[in-house]
Amino acid sequence: MNALASVGSYRTLYGPDDAPTPHITVRGLSKTFQGVVIYDNFNLDIPRGRFTSVFGPNGCGKSTLINLIAGLIPVDKGEVLFGGKTLAQTRIGYVFQNYREALFPWMTAFANVEYALTLRKVPAKQAKERVNALVERLGVKIDLTRYPYEMSGGQQQLVSIMRALVVEPEVLFLDEPFSALDYEMTLFMRDQLQRVFEETGTTMVLVSHDLEEAVYLADYVLLLSRRPAKIADFPLVPMARPRHPSTLSDPDFVELKGRCLETFQREVRKS
Amino acid sequence: MNRIVRFASSDRLLPLVGVFGLIAIWYIGYWSRIVDPVLLPPPHAALKALWNGFTGGRLLYDFWQTVIRTFAATAVAGIIAIPLGIVLGSSERIYRSVEFVVDFFRSTPASALFPLFLVIFGVGNATKIYVASFGAALVILFNVAYGVMNARKTRILAARVMGASRWRVMKDVILMESLPQTFVGLRNGVSLALVIVVVAEMFIGSVDGLGFRVFEAQQLFDMPDMYAAIFAAGALGYGLNILFLMIEKSFVHWSGK
Repeated sequence: MNALASVGSYRTLYGPDDAPTPHITVRGLSKTFQGVVIYDNFNLDIPRGRFTSVFGPNGCGKSTLINLIAGLIPVDKGEVLFGGKTLAQTRIGYVFQNYREALFPWMTAFANVEYALTLRKVPAKQAKERVNALVERLGVKIDLTRYPYEMSGGQQQLVSIMRALVVEPEVLFLDEPFSALDYEMTLFMRDQLQRVFEETGTTMVLVSHDLEEAVYLADYVLLLSRRPAKIADFPLVPMARPRHPSTLSDPDFVELKGRCLETFQREVRKS
Repeated sequence: MNRIVRFASSDRLLPLVGVFGLIAIWYIGYWSRIVDPVLLPPPHAALKALWNGFTGGRLLYDFWQTVIRTFAATAVAGIIAIPLGIVLGSSERIYRSVEFVVDFFRSTPASALFPLFLVIFGVGNATKIYVASFGAALVILFNVAYGVMNARKTRILAARVMGASRWRVMKDVILMESLPQTFVGLRNGVSLALVIVVVAEMFIGSVDGLGFRVFEAQQLFDMPDMYAAIFAAGALGYGLNILFLMIEKSFVHWSGK
């Protein structure tokens, strides 16, 4: 039950007026992989309309957590609800780390994005309009008539994000989406993602192996312990949006990042 | 000297070096009488036989017979093996249970099965086509099944997380994913079908086809004709490979990217 106690900590941090309501509730989650216990009776509340980053030691099950929540891998035990609804009743978007293997190379970029709507039985004409509307809203300047393999990594991942966003998901999951990109492209994509978040207000859950990125993008940083994973800390990131590269040297940001790093190192040393 | 260097440095013409080299060696062999001139006619005699055979001679007819048989065999093989390969590949358990049988017969020389096919289908045209499609079918089956089994897990998950049903995942993702490998299977299958058809034409009571032409020319000691038929068979094999590569390129433009 101590996990539940730490779930409460973000409310106190955030202040009473602005307290976000939980969107995703994870209760009693258990998962064992080939005899290794990854999660054992794990509880978590992910706030609605906020950006949550997941960070933790290698192999602690960061990606596994969002895969369990998004239903990509079955849970052994436990319940995941989205504002009281089941996964089947919820529209979710998911952006994979490996865009090369997640996009469909036999379709143009446009068709890739459109396909998400086709699966939701949106009529073809309407689907095209919705894709075009999204392109306009995000100010995307890519030639979408090209095939994914004709694009740069960043462009491909942007197409992946658009494919996830076009259905107007209630929750968007991102599994280390920028880790395969070079640093320049990563910085650009972070800001693109931040803009999308501000634009849409969608609940977002990002797994990152880069603490700076995790804090920079997030409203809350979920710090996990070594497995079986527990919540080590779940601090609020109070920096105003939009954040700029200058935010990275803001004393508050540096202090918060330091605190997260301390927690992280404490967890890594535990064994 | 300079011109030779320029010629050799022009990469597009490089394949011709081998061709001229071969013809040169052939002429040397012919003029020096190292090989019995009855067995080795000069290249121009073989070329002339090839030209005559294709312009009014019988070679063109035999060529087409072999082409038709090879395509028929590949088509029969594809029609049977592609759907079967998809079914086998979609369940690893099913595939594992028949893998040994497929591998065993894939490794069995199809020519060893001629007598069996003769008993079942008689000495007609159909036998040659069926025995060739048997060989080709196993190659295609194996490739399709592997293409389906090796479909990228991430793409399947991506479709599932977007709400695709099992059927849609199969149709929209796994089938498309298996296409490059299917084309590899078809390309290998058509090559194998040609090999089996030509051998069958030699030994299964034939009256036409390139295999028959080679065999008959040899029996009659008409060496220029025999070389002409061999070159026709070679050109056919090479052409089929290029044709299937071109089809592959336009159908599965994403292959290897």
